[in-house]
Amino acid sequence: MLIARIIGDVVATHKAPSHHGRKILVVQPLDLDGSDRGGAVLALDSVDAGIGDRVLLVTEGFSAMTAVGRPDSPIDMAVIGVIDAVHLDD
Amino acid sequence: MQLGRVIGNVVCTVKTASLAGQRLLIVQPLGREGRAMGRALVALDSVGAGMGDTVYWCRGREASFPFLPADVPCETTIVGLVDVVNIPGSTFAIP
Repeated sequence: MLIARIIGDVVATHKAPSHHGRKILVVQPLDLDGSDRGGAVLALDSVDAGIGDRVLLVTEGFSAMTAVGRPDSPIDMAVIGVIDAVHLDD
Repeated sequence: MQLGRVIGNVVCTVKTASLAGQRLLIVQPLGREGRAMGRALVALDSVGAGMGDTVYWCRGREASFPFLPADVPCETTIVGLVDVVNIPGSTFAIP
């Protein structure tokens, strides 16, 4: 899983039926120093996260489907937690 | 999933039987500013995407789920037509 920042959202009325009723979030994975880690991706929301939140992102289908609660769905990424704090051993 | 734009299509008359009737579209992944990110790839279409459409697509085994109960061998499928991309501060624009 990855630490990431929600930078936006996407509206798509015509999409896979199992995606209805869930926000499609634009998520930017982050390195531990807060810098961008690769490109931005899309993930379905499962914790009512919003733009600006720092979140926990899962990037594998089975986990994403399970988090969103929709088996047999074409979902490969999901936001599964809103991060309060990150502690690093200094 | 990732954002992308449909920039072409592929015609394969000889192909594995379970791909019969599937549309093979060429998708260019897009980054947060709406510019090309990474290299183009071929994806199956499950939502009726057309040339130039801004779409989003799914990877992996899950990409074959839109075609259930048929077992379609594909690892990337377009699963949504994008109407609006809302990224504050971004130049992302849908043509």
